[in-house]
Amino acid sequence: MTSPAAVFSVPSVPGSSPEAPLRVGGLTLQSRLVVGTGKYASYAEMARCLAASGTDCVTVAVRRERLVNAAGENILDHLDATRYTILPNTAGCFTAADAVRVARLGRELLRDLGNPGSEWVKLEVLGDTKTLLPDPVGTLEATERLVADGFAVLVYSSDDPIVARRLKQLGAASVMPAGSPIGSGQGILNANSLRICLEYLKDGDPEYPVIVDAGVGTASDVAAAMELGVDGVLLNTAIAHAADPLRMAVAMKAACEAGRQAFLAGRIPKKLYATASSPLEGTIAAPRPGP
Amino acid sequence: MPTASAGLTITVNGDSLSVAAGTTALEVVESLGLAGRPIAVEVNEAVVPRARLAGCSLEDGARLEIVTLVGGG
Repeated sequence: MTSPAAVFSVPSVPGSSPEAPLRVGGLTLQSRLVVGTGKYASYAEMARCLAASGTDCVTVAVRRERLVNAAGENILDHLDATRYTILPNTAGCFTAADAVRVARLGRELLRDLGNPGSEWVKLEVLGDTKTLLPDPVGTLEATERLVADGFAVLVYSSDDPIVARRLKQLGAASVMPAGSPIGSGQGILNANSLRICLEYLKDGDPEYPVIVDAGVGTASDVAAAMELGVDGVLLNTAIAHAADPLRMAVAMKAACEAGRQAFLAGRIPKKLYATASSPLEGTIAAPRPGP
Repeated sequence: MPTASAGLTITVNGDSLSVAAGTTALEVVESLGLAGRPIAVEVNEAVVPRARLAGCSLEDGARLEIVTLVGGG
């Protein structure tokens, strides 16, 4: 698939280096990967993969405590709350009202822990269970309510630039467009939409953080997202369900760094015809007829 | 006139529970062995911070949610 000439280029912030941190919601993250804690074979494997990924921010869900086996393990037994910023999600919520409740419970849990993510929420308001696509109406409503309640809202959205812009206007700390459906592993299905999202969200505000969230399948998806100029990538299934999750976590770390470097380096344009890499003059070979 | 032992029926995480009148949210948490656990409590869809659990007397029909963090994306 040939891509159209880029009309808009995501501006590199002057002075930014590959090591420059990601600033979002009043906090600074050293890694541009945000990694989920779900779907691992064990909490121990989860801990190893998070460490290998180099992330300093992880997502968690909020769920009813088991009332029967209260002596069971808790994820916090395997998650160092002093090492990671913990970002609670509102996964499983289909209404703004439920998402607001879950966000507030997540805040209470993290305040208790003293974790810097306590005033953050990864907001998800889902439209249906088959696609797990965000419900734009509920998402907009919940964003407005949670911003008013003092949250830094990192909001899961589609790659629709109009909704993305509305979410930013409502005060979202970061808009997080999906590359493809959650857990689907299809990577970025519509790079053109994502580029327009970047253009609209960073219009006059080049440091506004845009994080691709959902659908990452493998390392090249992360590199591709970073090359487009997104500020970070959030992923879970691509690591947790890889055949070798630990190795994939290593790959993701490298891909994120490679993509970020490539973006800052400024790629060559795509051209239809060839331009030789070796000099044209001085060759001993008989010239080929043109063109 | 209600008897001194008149109890309340509340729900905790969707399940019915009978407790004595005047029971507090903290007492419910403690009776479930969760006092030292990393949990948050909601009563009738409103978060009750840990420091206020002891002062939160429950009424008949109160709906409690006791939640914790789990793995998720």
